[in-house]
Amino acid sequence: MQLILEKRAERSKTVALASPLIAIGLTIVTMTILFMVLGKNPISALYVYFIVPLADGYSLQEIAVKATPLVMIAIGLSLCYLANAWNIGAEGQFLMGAVAGSWIAVKTQGTGAGHWVLPAMLLLGALAGALYALIPAICKVRFGASEILTSLMLVYVVDLLLDYLVRGPWRDPQGFNFPTTAEFDPVATVPTLIEGGRLHLGSILALVVVAAGAVLLGKTIKGFEIRVVGAAPRAARFGGFNANQLILLTFAISGALSGLAGIIEVAGPVGHLQPGISPGYGFTAIIVAFLGRLNPIGILIAGLFLALTFIGGEQAQITMKIPLDVTKVFQGILLFYVLACDSLILYRFRIVSSSPQVARGAH
Amino acid sequence: MNRNLLGAAAALLIAGSLTSSAVAADKLKVGFIYLGPVGDLGWTYQHELARQALVKELGDKIETTFLENVPEGPDAERAVEQLVRAGNKLIFTTSFGYMDPTLKVAKKYPNVHFEHCSGYKRDNNMATYSARWYQGRYIQGEIAAKMSKAGVLGYIGSFPIPEVVSGINATMIGAQTINPNIKVKIIWVNSWFDPGKEADAAKALLDQGADIIMQHTDSPAAMQIASERGKLAFGQDSEMIKFGPKSQLTSILDTWAPYYIERVKAELDGTWKSGDVWGGLETKMFEMAPYTNMPDDVKKMAEDTQAAITAGKLHPFKCPVVGQDGKEVECKGGDHLEDGQILGMNFYVKGIDDKLPGK
Repeated sequence: MQLILEKRAERSKTVALASPLIAIGLTIVTMTILFMVLGKNPISALYVYFIVPLADGYSLQEIAVKATPLVMIAIGLSLCYLANAWNIGAEGQFLMGAVAGSWIAVKTQGTGAGHWVLPAMLLLGALAGALYALIPAICKVRFGASEILTSLMLVYVVDLLLDYLVRGPWRDPQGFNFPTTAEFDPVATVPTLIEGGRLHLGSILALVVVAAGAVLLGKTIKGFEIRVVGAAPRAARFGGFNANQLILLTFAISGALSGLAGIIEVAGPVGHLQPGISPGYGFTAIIVAFLGRLNPIGILIAGLFLALTFIGGEQAQITMKIPLDVTKVFQGILLFYVLACDSLILYRFRIVSSSPQVARGAH
Repeated sequence: MNRNLLGAAAALLIAGSLTSSAVAADKLKVGFIYLGPVGDLGWTYQHELARQALVKELGDKIETTFLENVPEGPDAERAVEQLVRAGNKLIFTTSFGYMDPTLKVAKKYPNVHFEHCSGYKRDNNMATYSARWYQGRYIQGEIAAKMSKAGVLGYIGSFPIPEVVSGINATMIGAQTINPNIKVKIIWVNSWFDPGKEADAAKALLDQGADIIMQHTDSPAAMQIASERGKLAFGQDSEMIKFGPKSQLTSILDTWAPYYIERVKAELDGTWKSGDVWGGLETKMFEMAPYTNMPDDVKKMAEDTQAAITAGKLHPFKCPVVGQDGKEVECKGGDHLEDGQILGMNFYVKGIDDKLPGK
């Protein structure tokens, strides 16, 4: 008797729908056991993780704030991945957008510049992100350089550039040498939507991006081309689709969205440019993109869900004294189960009775 | 039916946990925001030890909560506000980078009191506190100059902010009293807590000929490297002798407990007031770990210097202080630099053959 994984003839639609639910169910079971081992009441723990943050206007806003950059970046990444273009450097494009947009904020500081400042920052941020993403795309198309490697390495380049700028030319003169620019002027700040909360205009933009992504993929020929080039490159060639052009296009869109997310984060929740503006959003967004199955609506849900686990994790630390490490374990377990369950879409378990004796007899 | 039972059980359990916190509501809630994990064995660990001491002392009157590993970015403001919303009335935010987020939340909640460690922005409900670590650095400089054979010190810096720069300067001024030609090599790791980078910096400094490692970062990684290479080093924030039993000369120990207990008592009495406390050896805001791995005469010298500083007879920044450009720094504090000059220190003293980043 042996348990083997066997490839299915076609994708199982039932499992595709059920898989995220099974994954969440298994996560909850595992976490329940873990909470019991830790001597915590599992029901209150799960309640604090999943329900408490949703039951309060403040934490709902915070979930949206946390999910905004993740969703925006992940939508762009999903286009790349669907087209078989592997942009791993969204983190760098995020930072580049933040740096380029901040340039306007720093230069106009205290000059009484008008309301054109913020729109200009957002545009420049998106443009810079797109241009920065085009570097690995062009290297790929022209020289065949692996975009995985080049896009990843460019993260560190802009990271150091940002570091240099806030330590040197852009440093807040009143900031006691700490590496940060001065707080941006109000005209250079993303407006908040609700008095006293942190929910900002960027979250609305993220929803617009999700809708645009859904339309692009679902309703347009370009969207169809992107899918075909990724899923069936040979068929795409016969269809006359230009794969190289699509690599450039998807990288540019992805970079622009990452850059936009970057400048929104800096001009919104942070309020100034400093190192450490991103706790790895560009990398976490890769997880969000795949958790959402490269589907815009799925990405929105995945982004919000991941944000929920962050906020719930903090609640659990505060109200139940559950250590932060448990939150990390929790996120890890969830991803593990999602990936494991997803493999059941393409594979199924089968029990075969093997008889090693027969094999031995053949000696 | 089964489902209803489960639901009822869940409701009971939740209700149970809620009532237990309702009982605790009479206690004063005190919150802490930590930069590193509580197990960093350096900066955050010392704050955590102080919190534990606080609980031991006043545990029947207070309830404490901490959030660890909170990055100094957009998440910090949320972390502070979460503590406020959970009912904490006194909140300690224990890293420089929490200054602006703490101030934002403080403005929003004028009835909650905040204590920010090592910053310079204050408000009616936001006090600041820090320690005069430069005093300890001066002693370490003297010891280092005595113990270094190569005459080259290796210094691992976090960020070139005044606190760190004044530490480097105090070290050099102390060292120069022993060896006027002492050299220092400085590596900035641009992080408070990054054991990997801290270890790499220690290796690089040793490879460049330094034979004593000093650090202004939070983990014992550098001490471990020094220990592996058989070199001497100073610990930081915390007792690190078990990471370098044959290496640690001494360590600056952050001892926050007396301050925390005092401030929480004030909050309980209703006498809490905003302000700035910058204590040194004289108020035990920090202490020196035992002087080890050095000959008796060096130990004696270190103890004498410590006694002199504690008694107020010796000021590490006694005038004249000479800058890198060879010019004397204006002496605003009588016979030593005034506190404002140390808190905003933005220059290297003479003898440091390096450029202050961003200068």
